[in-house]
Amino acid sequence: MLARWWRKNRAAALFLGPWLVGTLVFGVLPMLVSLYLSFTDYNMFKPPSWIGADNFASMLTSDSRWSQALKVTIRYVFIGMPAQLVTAFALALALNRGIRGLPLFRAVFYIPSLLGPSVAISILWKEVFGQEGIFNVVTGWFGMEPRSWIADPSTSLYTLIALLVWQFGSPMIIFLAGLKQVPKELYESASIDGAGAVTRFFRITFPMVTPIVFFNVVMQLIGAFQAFTPAFIIGGGDGGSLDSTLFYTLYLYIKGFNEFSMGYASAMAWFLLLVIAAATYLLFLSSRKWVHYEN
Amino acid sequence: MQRSHPVKLAVILLLSFVMFYPLLWMIGSAFKPDSTIFTDTGLWPRTFTLDNFINGWKGFSGIAFPVFFKNSFIIVVLAVIGNVASCSMAAYAFARLDFSLKKLCFAVMFGTIMLPHHVVLIPQYLLFYKLGWVNTYLPLFVPKLLATDAFFIFLMVQFIRGIPSELDKAARVDGCGTVQIFTRILFPLMTPALVTTSIFTFIWTWNDFLSQLIYISNPKLFTVTLALRAFLDTTGQSAYGSLFAMSIVSLVPVLIFFILFQRLLIEGITTSGLKG
Repeated sequence: MLARWWRKNRAAALFLGPWLVGTLVFGVLPMLVSLYLSFTDYNMFKPPSWIGADNFASMLTSDSRWSQALKVTIRYVFIGMPAQLVTAFALALALNRGIRGLPLFRAVFYIPSLLGPSVAISILWKEVFGQEGIFNVVTGWFGMEPRSWIADPSTSLYTLIALLVWQFGSPMIIFLAGLKQVPKELYESASIDGAGAVTRFFRITFPMVTPIVFFNVVMQLIGAFQAFTPAFIIGGGDGGSLDSTLFYTLYLYIKGFNEFSMGYASAMAWFLLLVIAAATYLLFLSSRKWVHYEN
Repeated sequence: MQRSHPVKLAVILLLSFVMFYPLLWMIGSAFKPDSTIFTDTGLWPRTFTLDNFINGWKGFSGIAFPVFFKNSFIIVVLAVIGNVASCSMAAYAFARLDFSLKKLCFAVMFGTIMLPHHVVLIPQYLLFYKLGWVNTYLPLFVPKLLATDAFFIFLMVQFIRGIPSELDKAARVDGCGTVQIFTRILFPLMTPALVTTSIFTFIWTWNDFLSQLIYISNPKLFTVTLALRAFLDTTGQSAYGSLFAMSIVSLVPVLIFFILFQRLLIEGITTSGLKG
């Protein structure tokens, strides 16, 4: 029996072997270890000691930096992601309706999505919105005093949101591909029925691309929750002024790799996983109400 | 369809200009003397200098910038080879082979695509630390040799499913075994998916910051991103010109890749929804 099992699976074992080892050693096992560590106090130098749910309890009740990090991240995700997707969708609509040089514009708008995650662009952002940055030239036209938009805790998060919106190119390309799939006949018959542009948008275009909207929302939501580089660079390795740009992942990094509170950082990671999973689950639940699938 | 509305065109052109202004400003500023970067706010430098590039290229603590470039390239090349080889093998198994627990394996693979990296960050670090791999490049590419970037497996599975299975059958009739069907038939046919994988692995690994930050602290091993960050911390208020110059230089490989593979990149996103 074993011989037969082996005959059936030996080819798969060869091809899937690396994946299986990788997923167990770098995926499944680390997940279990981090779940265990999240219930311990562990600093790498002494063996982990079991403390039950204390990490979670102190996160939720007594760690004000943790709640600040959660608040900052939620604001970043739920302001930045919709702003980015609305921009992406608007541009996709504009480019979709016959414009000369579509491939060029598509490429031009996509470049920031490629460059955006780099350290170089975060450095650029830090200088553009700094005390002496060129953004002050623009606000100067409206008579505003020059100031550091990064150092001011009431505006710093919005510079990061601006950086997220700046990278609207990749969801825009996905929207464009979706818009191309909408059958032209639908618009023709709607026009004959006397539907105006607004009606056509809300009755045809938007419902037809809701699966694409849904896809982009899920992907960008998961991505935005995990953003790290811009907050790290722009905030100078900590949370910026008054922790106004303390992203959740940045605080996790500080806890784990600056303070070596590995147990606490693991608990934070699991909490993040649950938040992302819950948000995704709610999106899927709501999708039955607003996402329109053919068939 | 080909006549664009002039107002719309003007708005789109204006938006492109606004979007690119910061980048253009950084490029212009890299050619300005340090003392004038923030006073000369125009795009075109009033006084033109190459000093920033020359000084920046010298690097810091006696390590020149080409070393950081070489380090980044080593990691990127190993990551690309790892992803192409391991993900294509796994994708072949998922798309074409029959084996026990296939559904479960596929579900696990799919699940790991969505998994936030931070959940495994600390245990992975502890593992690599115990293995003595901290301050080596091993943590940055060994996982890729073992197909941990499941996203690319999924991309390739979708691609292989589009290749007619009659080809496999014909090859089998001609005496090809399971291994040869992969090496002689499917792997060559998968080129577009392999190229997409390579491009995105290149760009993501080149831009990667968090894992390099965690594993590499020896300046001799610094990658371009780590060097830029160190540059930002050490130069402080003094050498913006060189900082800008090296930031631009760091973006050049990504831009070259984009220009060369633009069409494939955009097809890659539209067919698979890569987040870019």
